[in-house]
Amino acid sequence: MTSATETPGLAMPRINPKAIVRWTILFIGGVLMVTPLLYMFSTSLKTPGQIYDLRLIPAEPTIANYLEVLREGDFMRWFINSSIVAVVVTLSNLFFDSLVGYTLAKFQFRGRRFIFIAILSTLMIPTEMLVIPWYLMSAQFGWLDTYWGIMFPGMTTAFGTFLMKQFFETVPDDFLEAARIDGMNEFTIWWKIAMPLVTPALSALAIFTFLGNWTAFFWPLIVTTSKELYTLPIGLTSFAVEQAIRWEMIMTGAALATIPTLVIFLVLQRFIVRGVMLAGLKG
Amino acid sequence: MATISLKKLTKIYGKAEVIHGIDLDIADGEFVVFVGPSGCGKSTTLRMIAGLEEVSGGEIRIGDRVVNELDPKSRNIAMVFQNYAIYPHMTVRENIAIGLYTQKLDKDEKAKRVENAAQLLGLTDFIDRRPAALSGGQRQRVAMGRAMVREPAAFLFDEPLSNLDAQLRAQMRIEIKALHQRLGSTIAYVTHDQVEAMTMADRIVVMKGGHILQQGRPMDIYSNPVDVFTARFIGTPSMNIIASEYASGAVSGNGGSPILLGVRPQDLHVGTTTDVGAGTGLSLSGPVTAVEPLGPETLVHFRVSGETVIGTAPATEIPPVGTEVTAHADPAQLHRFDAETEKALESL
Repeated sequence: MTSATETPGLAMPRINPKAIVRWTILFIGGVLMVTPLLYMFSTSLKTPGQIYDLRLIPAEPTIANYLEVLREGDFMRWFINSSIVAVVVTLSNLFFDSLVGYTLAKFQFRGRRFIFIAILSTLMIPTEMLVIPWYLMSAQFGWLDTYWGIMFPGMTTAFGTFLMKQFFETVPDDFLEAARIDGMNEFTIWWKIAMPLVTPALSALAIFTFLGNWTAFFWPLIVTTSKELYTLPIGLTSFAVEQAIRWEMIMTGAALATIPTLVIFLVLQRFIVRGVMLAGLKG
Repeated sequence: MATISLKKLTKIYGKAEVIHGIDLDIADGEFVVFVGPSGCGKSTTLRMIAGLEEVSGGEIRIGDRVVNELDPKSRNIAMVFQNYAIYPHMTVRENIAIGLYTQKLDKDEKAKRVENAAQLLGLTDFIDRRPAALSGGQRQRVAMGRAMVREPAAFLFDEPLSNLDAQLRAQMRIEIKALHQRLGSTIAYVTHDQVEAMTMADRIVVMKGGHILQQGRPMDIYSNPVDVFTARFIGTPSMNIIASEYASGAVSGNGGSPILLGVRPQDLHVGTTTDVGAGTGLSLSGPVTAVEPLGPETLVHFRVSGETVIGTAPATEIPPVGTEVTAHADPAQLHRFDAETEKALESL
């Protein structure tokens, strides 16, 4: 009987059937995720006549679509609108979610558990159910077609509060007590001591919130009517409605819209993974 | 520096009273060590002094002020925690400087104090490093620096050496004691390690079950424990406690009531049956169950009426396990306790 193990240097790597299944599933999943993204970039480089030519690499690639989208006055406006909404809502969540999460994690008071459960229970209400009251409220307060109207439902979130509470619970009380003895007030302790200790959670929350608001479609579509206030996802649909579905323009706009999220993800991906892992572990 | 005074201090959690009205006066510049097993109330007492736990009853004075209702920051005390509580996102310099957070000093004065504290604690070379780049002992020094820099009325230490290895702990014991001698500061120090208590304290306060069992100078407590618990807790290895009926040659007598005899392993000399001066003091015999050669001497474990007793043999005489040995203690080294109350009787 011959065996590869008898000849050092020619040893065959041991093939683990489980690993083959695992890698196959991951490969299929990866292809399913990446293909639409590649086609989006590919289509953005095609002329209208090439749209239904499904080759991944265009026969005659062109950047004309990009020049046209960027020359189109409204695109930059939508880009700025999306940036304002995503940045303001993200900063608001970082501030308020962590403040509430810290309070729930580190202070003992009557009703603390009830408040936490009440906040968590709002996670179970679907957005579709909330849209009508949000709309009525916006109409009565005069918030329709304003930045504040787009932003207010997301200024704090139950998920963010939950995530931050779980993280703050891991901060040893000794740090906070030492700061109390050193003379800091409670707000300063939160800001100067506790917040820097939960940077991974803050990064994860910032990424989730930014991405969620950057790609938000349903509520901004309902609350905005004027083109000047459209966010990018709403604006991109206008390529379909007004110009008889110009796929190459939609894909070009989408490709440009993806750039900030790609950059954020590539820079902060280790925090996303860590944040998701820790949220899972502690939850 | 200041005195600390506790009067009828009580702590109640829900319906459970965990500190039962303790009285204690710590003198200006005194180094007092609270020692006792887990759950005895020593850390709770320290945290009440710090203002981190509310006082349920009684009074705490720091200097001439009653501080029961004052915030921790208003008590002018500094505390060093078991896990150091130095902030990982700040450098050594920033960690020490945070102790001066509320002090209205100019920038130069603050910087000078930080530099001085770092120099005193041997941290100058690491002053711009973060805690992750420091050893356990260096981190503990940073925590001490943060406490020192404020020049507080009193220092509180809550088991500060528990997380260090044995060698480092011994070194830090000496450093803290030297620091106390240099600064002359009032220190309240909590530990469950009686070696720390013995080696560092001006005065030891032994606690159990929310009560102070005994307080006094280390050697006074070692030599004259008031009860069996203190006798066994202070001193290593623990004092042997033997029912008097098993001890041949021992002086007994408690008005006919049974007594317990205590003898420290260092005072119980193990030898062969022939070289023991029978007839005086305490004699115990039994088979050897284990030996621990320590270098200068050997600890011999042997069984007497089902109980393990530890005696000391010279370094060169290590009895084999299983051999019969006899141990002897002078009458002057014996401690007598009431078998029922476990309180010390008058000395023999």
